[in-house]
Amino acid sequence: MKAAARLKPGTHFIEGNLALAEGAIAAGCRFMAGYPITPASEIPNRLSQLLPTVGGVFLQTEDEIAAVCSAIGASWAGLKAMTATSGPGISLMQENIGLAASTETPLVIVDVMRFGPSTGVPSVGLAGDVVQVARGSHGDYQIIALCPESPQEMYDHMIRAFNLAERFRCPVFVLPDGFIGHMREQVVIPPDQEIELAQRKIAASGTTPLERQDFLDPEVAPMPVFGRGLQAHVTSSCHNSQGMRNLTDPEVMHTYATMPMQKILRKRDQIVEVAADYAPGDLVIVAYGTVARSARAAAQTARAQGLAVGTLCLKTLWPFPDQEVAAAAQQARAVLVLENNTGQMLPYIKAEAATHCPVQFLGPRLLGQIQEPAAVLARVKEMLS
Amino acid sequence: MSLAAHPLRKYTRPHVKKTTTCPGCGNGVVAQAILWAIDELNREEGLTMDDFVFVSGIGCSAWIPSPLFAADTLHTTHGRPIAFATGVKLGLPQQKVLVASGDGDLAAIGGNHLIHAARRNIDLTVVMVNNGIYGMTGGQTAPTTPRGLHTITSPYGTMEPEFNVAAMVAAAGAPYVARWTTYHPRQLKRAIKKGIQKQGFAFIEAISQCPVQYGRVSKLGRATAILEHFKNSSVKLAKAKDMSEAELAGKITVGEFCDRQAPELASQWSALRDALGKEQG
Repeated sequence: MKAAARLKPGTHFIEGNLALAEGAIAAGCRFMAGYPITPASEIPNRLSQLLPTVGGVFLQTEDEIAAVCSAIGASWAGLKAMTATSGPGISLMQENIGLAASTETPLVIVDVMRFGPSTGVPSVGLAGDVVQVARGSHGDYQIIALCPESPQEMYDHMIRAFNLAERFRCPVFVLPDGFIGHMREQVVIPPDQEIELAQRKIAASGTTPLERQDFLDPEVAPMPVFGRGLQAHVTSSCHNSQGMRNLTDPEVMHTYATMPMQKILRKRDQIVEVAADYAPGDLVIVAYGTVARSARAAAQTARAQGLAVGTLCLKTLWPFPDQEVAAAAQQARAVLVLENNTGQMLPYIKAEAATHCPVQFLGPRLLGQIQEPAAVLARVKEMLS
Repeated sequence: MSLAAHPLRKYTRPHVKKTTTCPGCGNGVVAQAILWAIDELNREEGLTMDDFVFVSGIGCSAWIPSPLFAADTLHTTHGRPIAFATGVKLGLPQQKVLVASGDGDLAAIGGNHLIHAARRNIDLTVVMVNNGIYGMTGGQTAPTTPRGLHTITSPYGTMEPEFNVAAMVAAAGAPYVARWTTYHPRQLKRAIKKGIQKQGFAFIEAISQCPVQYGRVSKLGRATAILEHFKNSSVKLAKAKDMSEAELAGKITVGEFCDRQAPELASQWSALRDALGKEQG
């Protein structure tokens, strides 16, 4: 039997989705479940080749609901698990994304975002799910979302995503749009020994749930992984720190909903990453994902022409980089928000920036077409004049 | 003076002292059938509760293992326990993974996962408690409700025929399928035990009484009356095959729908890993 082989360490010219699949294996992913969907299908295609060669399992499910559920099940079995899909798949997964958040399950979900709503245009990239990944399941909960802007970051963000999932016991999203998923670019793959990997803490053997705190610990409870005689009690119902269902105590209800959020928000400084390149008095372009590239290109040209223009590119979308956006706006002459959608993150950015300086929005002239740096530059000049 | 403990108490969490089931519910019979099967496997094969992961969905019968059973228990969303259990089994192929849930959970909202798990033949034991109605939410029509019954959402009588779930799962490819009622606790226990031993997808349908909801709308009334009805209406499959459709109307066919061997998914993954010379994980 001829087995597939991982890409060797070194420099490669590859598609974003394939870089992401290599990153998943390097991160220690040993279970992937998925359902075919454009523009994410290259990820299950590739991982179905690679996973068996590293002792892992690939499962093609009957739908995206089963994909996310079986990945959650595999995570409780002790494996680093993921699924990958696009917007319609995320819509189907939402109920169980809430389960993963409330049961504090380490899980990586890749959403190669496409043009919606509804079936929309599968092969056209659009950052259409940036809010639904954070707010699409019912109730209050907190996830982590990373936003790559290049095939290299597709690789790098997968390693970071699995590490964050293991450390914080929560769902972590990686959110490229279809343009990044299908973009071919230089990707440097490091040797495995240079990659730092996080592993979840596991509950002490020989104990039962009543002797432990398995859930709702602000410092992240050790996980009572199945198959170790730990008698783990895991429920999507409201539960106490031992995992036992409690539908009557208001204190337990409050803690059940808020502590899994707090364990992430309290550590936001260790999670939130931005690329800040601006000076006081600059017009700051705030962008993420594909159009962060347009923002940088426009700023570079503007500076060459003597204009005071900087950029703030968001690598983490959730927890929202509120402090970083506010800090930029405090020093900025104005903020221009660039998004590859009609302004999904704009209200969150405005909430932090608009009290400090004027905020304008620039979406694609034609939705689904990337902003050309020239169009961004034209708007920048208009704002500066 | 010591109180005599129930012989199955050793398999339940010591701090769980009550269940959520209504008086007369069939859940207790099914819970015992599962635990008696495990008790026999303990004596015969040395299996313990540590060898099991129990997965359930939403509904009254999803609370059979959770929180009662002293083992790893995963209580999930409505309709999805088989999907969760599939991931657990592929991640822990040496564990016995048993799903206990209801007809609404497994055959209505979760029907797609049920037929696909049967098709892919993953080694799960699925015990479906079929009470013919949505009990927890107040007596709505289920896909297993007999045609013509007046329920709270079919006030003029149900117009839809009911699912023959065991036959459907057998047709989808499951190697072991059986159906019994809560009037048949020993047969039920034997079928569950066989299902646990079967390497492959095993489906055991337990027709069960819900005196509170089904008993009311069917006018059958108390639990004992519904059990009497199960006794009088049950027909063994061997006998049923010689009966006409008219003779079988209103009857409950019981017995083994199939018992065969077929390639199982988790063990095929183990074989693939062996062929590639890789340990799991």
